[in-house]
Amino acid sequence: MSSEIEITDDDVSLEEIEIRLLLEAIYSMYGYDFRSYSKASIRRRILHRMSACGADSIMDMTARVLRDRPFFVELLNDLTVNVTEMYRDPMFYRRFREEVVPVLKTFPFIKVWHAGCSTGEEIYSMAVLLEEEGLYERTMMYATDIDKNVLATAKKGIYSIAAIKQYSDNYHQAGGRGSLSDYYTCKYESVIMDQRLKRNIVFADHDLATDQVFGEMNVIVCRNVLIYFDLQLQQRVFQLFRDSLDLGGFLCLGTKESLKFSNPDHGFEPVDAEMKIYRRKQVKL
Amino acid sequence: MSRPLRFKIVVVGASWGGIDAATRIFSALPNNFPVPIVLVQHQRAAERNRLANLFVSKTSLKVVAPEHGAELEPGGLFVAPPGYHCLVEKGGSLALALYRPVHYCRPAIDELFFSAGHIYGRGVMAVLLTGANEDGAAGMQYIKQRGGMTVAQDPADSESPIMPQSAIDAGGVDEVLPLAEIASFISDQVFGQLEQ
Repeated sequence: MSSEIEITDDDVSLEEIEIRLLLEAIYSMYGYDFRSYSKASIRRRILHRMSACGADSIMDMTARVLRDRPFFVELLNDLTVNVTEMYRDPMFYRRFREEVVPVLKTFPFIKVWHAGCSTGEEIYSMAVLLEEEGLYERTMMYATDIDKNVLATAKKGIYSIAAIKQYSDNYHQAGGRGSLSDYYTCKYESVIMDQRLKRNIVFADHDLATDQVFGEMNVIVCRNVLIYFDLQLQQRVFQLFRDSLDLGGFLCLGTKESLKFSNPDHGFEPVDAEMKIYRRKQVKL
Repeated sequence: MSRPLRFKIVVVGASWGGIDAATRIFSALPNNFPVPIVLVQHQRAAERNRLANLFVSKTSLKVVAPEHGAELEPGGLFVAPPGYHCLVEKGGSLALALYRPVHYCRPAIDELFFSAGHIYGRGVMAVLLTGANEDGAAGMQYIKQRGGMTVAQDPADSESPIMPQSAIDAGGVDEVLPLAEIASFISDQVFGQLEQ
């Protein structure tokens, strides 16, 4: 058994420095701030891109990022992780319908912020749900993401037809009242979401790492975004959400995300612990 | 004062036939096992926490279906949730991520292994069990290069030999053992080896 170490701790430290310089270069050049992202997973995504693009080293990638915008855009797509689907985790939408919607029905006007909306599948899912519950007319939805490219896709609302069967199944498991096909039309290999679903949606780029509060919300949906942030950034974002939410407002996280590791004293109460729906505690005077 | 143990973590990868093989190993490990164990078993994304629940009655280890940020504790068996990559983060916690599948798998064994090798170096014991694809081979090699110890289930003894065989062929395996000997090997090494 050989105990020879070929990749030493020094090599590992060097790699960490190279990654830090790459992220610094991206921030200086393009303004996207990944410097406070979770180290373990951003490292893997960078190394995957490195092997896919044939770069010799992370330093090599840094040099290319500074000079080659298309190369950067490709890397950006890896770094921002745009994995989403309509009614992702159908049970979340079902519980939202059962537990949050009845409260929203008592409000005269509803503001929903979908932070990290990526290519928009989940914002349309929510729009359809609110439409079916008779709430859409009095709702304003804010769909934000750090990445302008995915926002452009979200705004168009045009998706590949390949996944629609899965989305349709999700819709029914999520408690959909009709048929998902009521809300899109097919054209060639694409589906186009009913453009009327956009009438109360504002799309805007917003970076959770650097930007501020922009309104008082009743609902914030931010699912599978915080998992990419380090602890400090998670705490910043959480504070941002708390400052953006009305008392009694709802915060919806991804099903594997938890407030307890980043914010043990968070001032929220669970509405659905399994589906990670929380409600900001009302202050008792 | 005794020196601390060499191994800080055991990472296990398994695919086709892996649930039975993993069960056999975990049921033979004691509840005072001194380091955390993290398992990536390939599974369908829709299965939620079924796998973790399955192990609860079959091992005296403390089975955890981790959320993002869960802290790794000695004696814990952390079962990577379906649909997410599962990585070890500096400071001893688990990070979950949704980036693209690796070897068509999410969670992928390579992602766990590369992250564990990165953080813990020679403090990693990696175990690769039965499976029908090549996930884990590159991760085993990396852990070996970092000075960790790598164990593969004997392909001849595996329900599907492809996965352990790929790791052996890639040159990343220290020990090839039949399933029946793996648990006691892990125990002996983890309890017996001290920091240099």
